[in-house]
Amino acid sequence: MITIQGKGVSNGVGMGPLYFYQRAKATITRCTVDDTEAEWSRFKAAQTAAVEQLGELAEKARARAGDEAALLFETHQLMAEDLDYEETVEAFIRQDRLNAEAAVADTSTQFAEMFAAMDDTYMQARAADVKDVSRRILGILTGTAEGGIASEVPVLLAADDLAPSETVQLDKAKILGFITAGGSGSSHTAILARTMGIPAIVGVGDALKPEHEGRFVIADGGTGAVYIDPDDETRARMEQKREEQLRLQRLLETLKGQENVTKDGKSIRIYCNIGSPEDVPAVLTNDGGGIGLFRSEFLYLNSTNYPTEDEQFEAYKKVLEAMGGREVIIRTCDIGADKQIGYFALPKEDNPAMGMRALRISLTRPEFFRTQLRALYRASAFGHLGIMFPMVTSVWEVREAKKMCESVKAELKKEGIPYSDGVQIGIMIETPAAAVMSDRLACEVDFFSCGTNDLTQYTLACDRQNNDLGRFYDPHHPAVLRLLKMVADNAHKAGIWMGICGELGADLELTETFLAIGVDELSVAPGSVLPLRNAVRMTDTRESAARILAELAADHHRI
Amino acid sequence: MRSFTYTIQEAIGIHARPAGLLVKEAKSYQSTVTITKEGRSVNAVKLMALMGLGVKCGDTVTVTVEGPDEDTAAPALEAFFKATL
Repeated sequence: MITIQGKGVSNGVGMGPLYFYQRAKATITRCTVDDTEAEWSRFKAAQTAAVEQLGELAEKARARAGDEAALLFETHQLMAEDLDYEETVEAFIRQDRLNAEAAVADTSTQFAEMFAAMDDTYMQARAADVKDVSRRILGILTGTAEGGIASEVPVLLAADDLAPSETVQLDKAKILGFITAGGSGSSHTAILARTMGIPAIVGVGDALKPEHEGRFVIADGGTGAVYIDPDDETRARMEQKREEQLRLQRLLETLKGQENVTKDGKSIRIYCNIGSPEDVPAVLTNDGGGIGLFRSEFLYLNSTNYPTEDEQFEAYKKVLEAMGGREVIIRTCDIGADKQIGYFALPKEDNPAMGMRALRISLTRPEFFRTQLRALYRASAFGHLGIMFPMVTSVWEVREAKKMCESVKAELKKEGIPYSDGVQIGIMIETPAAAVMSDRLACEVDFFSCGTNDLTQYTLACDRQNNDLGRFYDPHHPAVLRLLKMVADNAHKAGIWMGICGELGADLELTETFLAIGVDELSVAPGSVLPLRNAVRMTDTRESAARILAELAADHHRI
Repeated sequence: MRSFTYTIQEAIGIHARPAGLLVKEAKSYQSTVTITKEGRSVNAVKLMALMGLGVKCGDTVTVTVEGPDEDTAAPALEAFFKATL
């Protein structure tokens, strides 16, 4: 038996074979070759495979959504087999003696630059197509199936870390748990695991070796321990633990249908965070009161080009209808920073977390924003919708975004398309600027929702992706908690509600604190609803509130 | 060598799909088909180059056809332009 210690970031015990996630190498190897003929053959084979794949994708799209939907893939197919593209690759291979990967990468850059330099916005957008086609060919050349899990049985998935664009493509039914070399409690892998209610262990470093693949492994997401080829004693112990957790789960089941109310009668709404319409069943089975954060990024990450208004409308409508009149808050596109998408063609930034992201992109690209807002308002006729803008720092941004909403509503009215007049508009409070300005911002919107992951990162100047920061990245830091209290107070002064949709919302050590502060809503992963309800029902704010508020006002650091 | 000029009617010019159709059409002849806009010429079987010309609605292009089947190819291509572009 081999024991590896990582950091447990999502509870549960997972048992099964270990599987290493395969991906196209982010950096391709670049070299010169002697046998240019062999390289050329490799390219031709990859090109043929790419053309075939694209043909299949086009047919699938056509069957599902008609000729227009197939067009994108057909265009990509034409590009992949284009003589001009091919000859450029050939020149790089035969004349410069480059390997096929480098030749494709350079060809991609050359044509993408050509399109980007054209004075026609339609043609400029084709730069992303060339890059996408090239990425597909590179994926085939490096022999990596995109995001696939080539296993018949469910596995414990090991990876260095997973990007959001990768996690959205994973077949969730095949994953028993995650083990990652890097990452942190707020990495996307951890968030996904908690949403799915499966164990995740991060930060195991290079302890997992390729030769461990396929071996029987137990991952304990509570303690962060990974056992490879466990002995009988360990196996029995872990099976017992899993049983106990299932028992606890059954206990929590009895809380379904109960209210989120403290012993002294204070109630709080517990909503869910979701990343796609597929997560709705988990919300319903866990008895979530609504959806406090629907991340709309999945639409963009799952697509090879900007999703159309109709595509977005269908996805939003599906969630609103499935939630049957319960509140659904959809966050407008939060791309940028750690979530990069090729066809957005965002310029490379040294510090993307502080760069062009989220609402900043929406306000900079009004047509793109308008498409999403139109889809949202059209969907609003089918349920109880709230719209939330991410990454706000200034009052003018909110005013500008609201103005867009008004113009979209006017357009729909003119076109005779129904929408709801009761759509609530809210903002994420995730920058210190927004927290500090929350008294003014509260006059502009219907609600606040605090994104504690980013609020912690920006307040403490700690990169949330950097797991070396360890104890410096402390979401319980009094600076963060004081800001939350300030935001809640300002919201209540203006008569609006304040919620928390970051990971911190599910942190049971802080449930009493949130109740003391007066948080109105906590939006958490579906699997956290019942444990949180349990914690709320155990709390008596008459005992705790005054003490906690005094501690917060003093410099005492609660852990 | 045969040639004709044509003014593009298609609203967004020779964008991806019409360019793709033109490439297919051009490939079906033995002759070399060249598209010229404002002094820049490209071989019509090359999609990227064709799109790179940036031909818009209202632009006039010269199409030249040179090769063994040019006498049949030129009128056929002219008909193709009228129907598609």
